[in-house]
Amino acid sequence: MQASATLLQERRLGETLRRDRWWAAPLSVALGLALFGGYATWAIFQGTNYFADPYLSPFYSPCLSSSCPGEVRLLGFDWWRFSPAVLIMWVILGFRGTCYYYRKAYYRAYFIDPPACAVGEHRGHRYQGETAFPLILQNSHRYFILPSLIILGFLWYDTLRAFLFSDGFGIGVGTLILLVNVVLLSGYAFGCHSLRHLAGGGVDCFSCARFGGARYRLWRGVSFLNRKHALWAWVSLIVVCLTDLYVRLVASGVVSDPRIL
Amino acid sequence: MAERVFRVFRGTRERGELVDYRVEASEGMVVLDALHSIQARQAPDLAVRWNCKAGKCGSCSAEVNGSPRLTCMTRVDDFPANEPITVTPMQAFPVIKDLVTDVSWNYEVARRIPPFRARSPDFPDGSWRIYPYEVERAQEFRKCIECFLCQDVCHVLRTHGKHAEFMGPAFLVRAAAYETHPLDVEERSSYLKDEGGIGYCNITKCCTEVCPESIQITDNAIIPLKERVVTRHYDPLLKLVRRIARH
Repeated sequence: MQASATLLQERRLGETLRRDRWWAAPLSVALGLALFGGYATWAIFQGTNYFADPYLSPFYSPCLSSSCPGEVRLLGFDWWRFSPAVLIMWVILGFRGTCYYYRKAYYRAYFIDPPACAVGEHRGHRYQGETAFPLILQNSHRYFILPSLIILGFLWYDTLRAFLFSDGFGIGVGTLILLVNVVLLSGYAFGCHSLRHLAGGGVDCFSCARFGGARYRLWRGVSFLNRKHALWAWVSLIVVCLTDLYVRLVASGVVSDPRIL
Repeated sequence: MAERVFRVFRGTRERGELVDYRVEASEGMVVLDALHSIQARQAPDLAVRWNCKAGKCGSCSAEVNGSPRLTCMTRVDDFPANEPITVTPMQAFPVIKDLVTDVSWNYEVARRIPPFRARSPDFPDGSWRIYPYEVERAQEFRKCIECFLCQDVCHVLRTHGKHAEFMGPAFLVRAAAYETHPLDVEERSSYLKDEGGIGYCNITKCCTEVCPESIQITDNAIIPLKERVVTRHYDPLLKLVRRIARH
């Protein structure tokens, strides 16, 4: 179908009749993702200063290699020679990378396809959306839910462990940071669109389905969190990086962790 | 009362230009009022489609300063007083004249969606039992006024011209209204994947941003349908489970 009048077509990248600052949102997202994504990548590959008893950086949990400190070591793979965070990073990258919100964010900010609504984009490529390789692989999002929830379970364990100091029960600033971090990550993970589908979104008739009542309640709960999924995604991303930074600063002796209780 | 400049598209698909009109703006004036004023006093041949002037019929869709909007719900004082307000037709559809576009393609798409098919009645008298909480989801989609602003802003149609391959957000909403209805038993995932081209949507949410009825098109219609298509066509584990269950 030939579209609108030739005069009006947005032929070039960024061409539009919009007069608002449409470029501000994609630019902010591009900078934000580069900053926090860049920090996370840097932190994951460090392999040092990720544990300051009783705090473990969320990027390193569960700590699976033999190089992990004894207090938090699990399985202890001795064949692994790199940073222990690399062993689990595929889960985090996969879950966030295929997330429906982040897809919107990076399609607009990096792929500029489109950069913003009703703004011209580059027309040189043959647009296939998510119908062909590689973007068809975005459909694998649901496979990252279970490993992500398992990791989330470890993060909750680490948070509870952060209340146990060498002299017994206590609360430090790091404890509160870890608690806020795990709550935000839970809000993000439990508001996932794929989880919403699995919980009950795929059911047409709840009163006819097996465990329909429970699935409906579960679907409602996930839907509640899903309404602000983008906000959960951003805040949890920022806070998880800040949590790692705090643990890193304490572990390297740059700051000392003040005890509240 | 201040005078405002309206820069309005005049012409057809082949040839057109933006023409400036000066209009006395009154308090609470909307863009459609200004177009009517232009039509009444300056350009009686200006073609504008409109009907209810209440944001419920979806007839007066156009683009105001480049953004798809209902002109009857767009206040003139939302825009800086010292700048002209540009009014152009929807870009995703062929212009017939001035601000009027040919949206008949949408009705063809609507006809192709596999229709609602109810399950067998629950009771001998031919009736069904459904609960209010079960139809809640589908009710949101019934708010659609078919203004086609979501179709207009969708870059798959607007920029890439995939009208032959992609049904567009408005009809994904229609399909979701059927799919999530507790009585419906029709299987639409193959249609949505192949003829409907749901995979072309890269969920950039522009449709949700422009919807005058605030339907959460992407989160509540498109993504749930995408997940149903994944379940049926892409999930290898579920495919295996179905194969085992058949034997």
